[in-house]
Amino acid sequence: MGLAKRIIPCLDVDNGRVVKGVNFVGIRDAGDPVEIAMRYNEQGADEVTFLDITASHEGRETTVHTVEQIAEHVFIPLTVGGGIRSIEDIRTMLNAGADKVSINTAAIHNPELVRESAQRFGSQCIVVAIDAKRVDDVDGQPRYEIFTHGGRKPTGIDAVEWAQKMADLGAGEILLTSMDRDGTRNGFELGVTRAISDAVQIPVIASGGVGNLDHLVEGIIEGGADAVLAASIFHFGEHTVPEAKAYMAERGIEVRR
Amino acid sequence: MTGVVAVIDYGMGNLHSVASALEHVGAERVVVTHDAEEIRRADRVVFPGVGAIRDCMAEIRRLKCDELLQQALTEQHVPVLAICVGLQAMMTRSEENGGVDCLNMIDGEVRYFGNPLLDADGGRLKVPHMGWNQVAQVRSHPLWQGIEDGARFYFVHSYYVHAAERDLVAGSVDYGVNVDAALARDNLFAVQFHPEKSAAAGLQLLKNFIHWNGQC
Repeated sequence: MGLAKRIIPCLDVDNGRVVKGVNFVGIRDAGDPVEIAMRYNEQGADEVTFLDITASHEGRETTVHTVEQIAEHVFIPLTVGGGIRSIEDIRTMLNAGADKVSINTAAIHNPELVRESAQRFGSQCIVVAIDAKRVDDVDGQPRYEIFTHGGRKPTGIDAVEWAQKMADLGAGEILLTSMDRDGTRNGFELGVTRAISDAVQIPVIASGGVGNLDHLVEGIIEGGADAVLAASIFHFGEHTVPEAKAYMAERGIEVRR
Repeated sequence: MTGVVAVIDYGMGNLHSVASALEHVGAERVVVTHDAEEIRRADRVVFPGVGAIRDCMAEIRRLKCDELLQQALTEQHVPVLAICVGLQAMMTRSEENGGVDCLNMIDGEVRYFGNPLLDADGGRLKVPHMGWNQVAQVRSHPLWQGIEDGARFYFVHSYYVHAAERDLVAGSVDYGVNVDAALARDNLFAVQFHPEKSAAAGLQLLKNFIHWNGQC
């Protein structure tokens, strides 16, 4: 027995309501973030992640108030991401009650932000989010590139090299989202999950594409992820967190029950 | 009577979670402060901590929180709960930030997990040690009351405590190495994990703390 693999429901939040888009388009409304976070806490979720999905498009600040309310009622770790651009943004979220912040686009524009924030607040609270898309080489070898702006804008940065660089700068964890899979319900992109998980010593959270419980199992066993993040399979009541944990445990994965 | 719980605030990170969790389990009053008078009047003291040890030590000393902690332990004789970097700061020395002298209130070291860190079967372990791990209650203590031996608590740390006096170890966890998850001495209980983030098991520990008389 040892460290449990984690299940992390993700609350994509727009205007204070939890939503889940398909490739970030065609959004459905799933309710109040505080209530949902409390529900996941009661179900035995290992952490909750709160992503302000509109932030990088419109420059909207994530709602500090919602974070405060979640932190007051939920006694498991809370990660907040979306629109985190500066040391000040990080401080605001940590003071509001977030345990970790997830930095995405800002790390690409200013990698030093990762170093500086890890030094100031500790690596344990700095998650670097990587949005990767498969862009195979001319010889057909799989290669993964970082995209920004909800998967629309290529950066030319290799996802695996970037993950190593972020770990070297002091990131405490990588949140890896496959932009090819996000919202498709076809499962994680296991190739890039495995490549990054093997390349860095810090934990990796797999995200993007979960449509059933087998996908969670694959993310851990084939992808080598330390945690799996999912939204819609939990939000719409198709599966509960205890069901997911029971399923994983039956397949030999250590979980907290 | 749980009385007033003072959470010592030396400006390193969010202490609202600790305060909220203490209130949630029934603490009558929780103050987050580095004010000497408030801490002197408190019925219980929590010494938390997140972040890098060098910065933490600098702020602890600048705000004289070390003196307040010492006073709570040996003069006020109130129950004291140290959490995460709070525990690490009480040790003799930490390997973090190239080596930092700590408060030496507990004889022992804070060591880096190592890279690579391997489990018993040679599998690679990630660092930080992040997530829910099982704490073996290596000896009984009032703060373990109502918590199953081997219950999971939430950890997040890259450096781990090894106390010189092994009799102090109240809880341990295996993560490539044997980690002191909880140390207990007289009116002090110090944990590496985060009870305020450890759901039911953590809340039970905090509840035990606010009702503890400070004796083992």
